Amino acid sequence: MDLAYSAEEEEFRARLRGWLRTALPGLPAPPDPHDWPARRAYDCGWQRMLYEAGYAGLHWPAEAGGQGATPTQHLIFLEETERAGAPYVGAGFVGLLHAGPTIAAEGTPEQRARWLPPILRGEQVWCQGFSEPDAGSDLAALRTRAVRDGEDYLVTGSKIWTSHAQIADWCELLVRTGTGHETPGGPDTSRHRGLSWLALPMDAPGVTVRPLRTLAGTTEFAEVFLDGVRIPASQRIGAENDGWRVTLVTLSFERGTAFAGEVVACRRVLREVARAARDNGRWDDPVLRRRLGRLAADLGALWRLIQWNVSEAQHTGGLPGTGGSVFKLCYSRARQELFEAAAEALGLAALDRNHRWTADRLSSLAYTIAAGTSQIQRNIVAERILGLPRGR
Amino acid sequence: MDFRLTEEQRALRTTLRELLARHYPPHRLREAAAAARTPDANGAAGGEAGEPPTAPTSPATPGALSPATPGTPATPGTPATPGTPVTSVAPATLGAPVSLGTSVPLGASVAPGAPGAEVVDAECWRALGRAGFFAVLLPEASGGLGLGLPEAVLLFEEAGRALLPGPLVGTALAAGLVPGAAEGEAMVGALDARHPLLEYPGVCRAALVLDGATTRLLDTGELARCATPLDSLDPLTPLASLPGPLPARHPPGRPPGASRLRQEATLLTAALQLGSAARSVETAVAHARGRTQFGRPIGAFQAVQHLCAGMLERLEPARCAVYAAAVTGTAEESAAAKLLADEAAIHNARDCLQVHGGTGFTWESEVHLHLKRAWVRAAQWTTAQEAEELLAAELLTPETDWPRNS
Ligand SMILES: Cc1cc2nc3c(=O)[nH]c(=O)nc-3n(C[C@H](O)[C@H](O)[C@H](O)COP(=O)(O)OP(=O)(O)OC[C@H]3O[C@@H](n4cnc5c(N)ncnc54)[C@H](O)[C@@H]3O)c2cc1C
Repeated sequence: MDLAYSAEEEEFRARLRGWLRTALPGLPAPPDPHDWPARRAYDCGWQRMLYEAGYAGLHWPAEAGGQGATPTQHLIFLEETERAGAPYVGAGFVGLLHAGPTIAAEGTPEQRARWLPPILRGEQVWCQGFSEPDAGSDLAALRTRAVRDGEDYLVTGSKIWTSHAQIADWCELLVRTGTGHETPGGPDTSRHRGLSWLALPMDAPGVTVRPLRTLAGTTEFAEVFLDGVRIPASQRIGAENDGWRVTLVTLSFERGTAFAGEVVACRRVLREVARAARDNGRWDDPVLRRRLGRLAADLGALWRLIQWNVSEAQHTGGLPGTGGSVFKLCYSRARQELFEAAAEALGLAALDRNHRWTADRLSSLAYTIAAGTSQIQRNIVAERILGLPRGR
Repeated sequence: MDFRLTEEQRALRTTLRELLARHYPPHRLREAAAAARTPDANGAAGGEAGEPPTAPTSPATPGALSPATPGTPATPGTPATPGTPVTSVAPATLGAPVSLGTSVPLGASVAPGAPGAEVVDAECWRALGRAGFFAVLLPEASGGLGLGLPEAVLLFEEAGRALLPGPLVGTALAAGLVPGAAEGEAMVGALDARHPLLEYPGVCRAALVLDGATTRLLDTGELARCATPLDSLDPLTPLASLPGPLPARHPPGRPPGASRLRQEATLLTAALQLGSAARSVETAVAHARGRTQFGRPIGAFQAVQHLCAGMLERLEPARCAVYAAAVTGTAEESAAAKLLADEAAIHNARDCLQVHGGTGFTWESEVHLHLKRAWVRAAQWTTAQEAEELLAAELLTPETDWPRNS
C-alpha cells in the first residue's frame, strides 16, 4: 500500500509539468462545439504537439512507436494534463485508445507501419463502427456483411452511434464474414466466430455518413451506411472470422485509466459547485451540503480505485482487467450525480441551456450507456468477477 | 506508486484470518447470537430465543427457553450477577466456553446489569492479544508490533469479516494507556463524547472518552456510575449510554491528542465495516450459487446478479478509501472512508438479506448480525452527517493539490 510515486515517476511528472507550462499558452482558443472541422483541427493540433514533445502514444509499446510508459506514468500524464487545463484526447480517442492499440497488438508489420504513425502524429482520425441498429449490447448479433470478391471484401450494411464519423479518415469496422460454422465451437460461440475486423477508409465509394443529433444538441455521432463498399482484404486485422477476439483486445482499453483525467476534473467542478452554492445562499441547505460532501467522498474513492487498478495493471502487463467494470459503474453514476447536484445548487440557472454546466449535465447521461451499459457491466461483474452462473 | 498489499501485509492478513478461523469459527457467531439476550429473553413469547445453540441451523423451537436465559439479565435494569457462570450457553464440544467466569477478571465487569460478557469470547480475545492485534500501532519499544495504520486496517477488516464481538477499537486505542489492553488482558471501551454510547459496557475495565480536544479515562468505578444500559438492538453488541457530565480524569502520563485517537477510531471502525461488507458479498454470492429455484441457481437470475454486483460497487470504492486513508492519514480521507464503509456495510447486509429470502430474516442466520452491527458502528465515531459536513466544508477551503500525491 504505497501511494508515493517513485523518483522516476516524480521526474516524469516534473518534466511533463514543465513542458505543459511552456506549451499550453501556445494553444489556439477552443473551437465552437458545433464546428466539426475546427474541432478536428484543434484535437489533431494538440496531438501533434504531444508528438513533437515525445508524449504521443505514451502507453503504446515502443515497437508500435509509442513511449512504452508504465500504467502509472500514463496515470500521471492524465492527472497533470487535466490539472494544467490541457485538452482531452477528443477526436483522437478511437485511434489512440482502440484502433491503434488493436493494430499494434494484432496487425502485421506493414499494417502497423501504415496506420500507427499517422495516429501518433495527429494526422488521421479513426472512428469505431461496431454498434448497429439491431446489435448494441448484443454486439455479436451484428449483420453488416463482408463478402469476399477476389482480393477484396464487398461490405454492405449499416452502423450506428459512430462517434466522430463525420470527421474520421478511418473506421475500425466489425463485420460478419462467416456463418460461424467454419470453425468448431458450441452454438453460443458460433455467432462470435464469424466476425472480422476491417479498416475502412471513410471516403470509400458507397460510404454514407448521416450525422445524428444527441440529446445534448451536438452531432457527436452518426449513422454510417455501407453499400457494396470495397475493402482490400489486406486491410483486415487478424485472421478472417477471428474479429471477435481481436475486438476484445480493443474493448478492454476503454475501461482502464481512460477516465482518470475526468475524475480530477469532477473534483474541480465539485468545488466550483460548492462556491456557487455559497454565493447564491443555497449552501445554507444542509441537504445540499451533505450531498456535495458525499460526492467529495465518492470522487476521492474513485481516484483511489483508479490507483488500485493501475497498480494491478502495472503487474499484469498493462492490460486493464475486469476491475475496470466496477470503476466504470461507479464513475458513470458519480458523474451523473455531480451534475444533478450542480443543478440543485444552481436552481433556476440550471435551466439555462448556455450555462457552463448544462452541456456536461446532458452529456453525462451517456456515461451509463456508451462503452457497455451499466446493466451489461453488472452482468460482467456478476459472472466474471463474482463467478455467478451465467444468466439469460 | 504501488497501492497493492505488500507480501508482508498479505501474510499478516492471512495469519489473522487463520487465527480467527481457529478461535472464532463462523458457527461461534451464531451460537453467541443464539445465546445472547433476545427481545423475549425473559421468557415471554418464546420464538427464536429458544434456539438451542447446539443446533444453529435447525428451525427455532417455539416456546423453548433459551439456555442463556438463566444467567442473563432479564431486563436492562436488572443487574447481572458477575461471576454467574453461563458456560452452559456454549456447547461442551467447542472448548474454551464463553463464560462470565472467564471474562470477569479480564474486563473486571464493573457496570452491573450492563451486559456484554456473554457474547465476548475471552479465549479468542487473549489469543488476539498474544498475537499483538491490540498492540498493532504501539511502538515496538513499548511492547507493540510497531506497525502502521495500513496494517491495522487490514487486521480490523479481518475482525469485521468474522464479526468478532468485543470492544476492539477501544482496546486498540487504549494499548499503552491502560495496563493489560495491549496484551488482551483488559478490555477497554472508547467513545466520542458527541456520541455517548459505550459498547460492551459489562466487560470494559475502563473507557477512553474523547471529549473535544481532551482524552479522559473513566475507571471501573466511574464507568459503573455513569453508564446506563441500553437494550441493544444488536444481540452481539451490548450498549450503554453515558448521558450525564463525565468525570474529568485524564489518563496517566501524557495522553495522545484526542483528535488523533478519534481519527484512528474512525478509521479502524471503517475497517471493521469494510470487512463486514466484504463478508456480506461472499455470503450472498455463496447462497446465490447454491440455492435453486425454478430449476436454476438463483444466481443465474439477473435481478439477483445485479444485487450482488451492486454490493461490489459499494465494496471496492470503500476498500480503496479505507486503505488510502490509512496511508495518507488525513482527517478528510478517514471521514470519507467511514462514510463509504458504513454505507457499504449497511446496504450490503440489506442486499445479502434480500438474496437470502426468508432464511435471511431468521435469528439463526448471520445476516442480521452484520446488519445490526453495521447500524451500531455507523452511529459510532464519525457519523455520516459529520463526515459529509466535514467534506463539504473542505470544498470551500483553498485547495493546493488534488489528488494529494503522498
Ligand atoms: C454517446 C455515445 C457514443 C457512442 N459511440 C459509439 C461508437 O463510436 N461506436 C460504436 O460502435 N458504438 C457507439 N455507441 C453505442 C453504444 O456502444 C451502445 O449504445 C451500447 O452498447 C448499447 O447498445 P444499444 O444502444 O443498442 O442499447 P440496447 O443494447 O438495445 O440496450 C437497451 C437497454 O437494454 C438493456 N439491456 C440490453 N441487453 C441486456 C442484457 N443482456 N441484460 C440486461 N439489460 C440489457 C441495456 O442495458 C439498455 O438499458 C455509442 C453510444 C453513445 C450513447
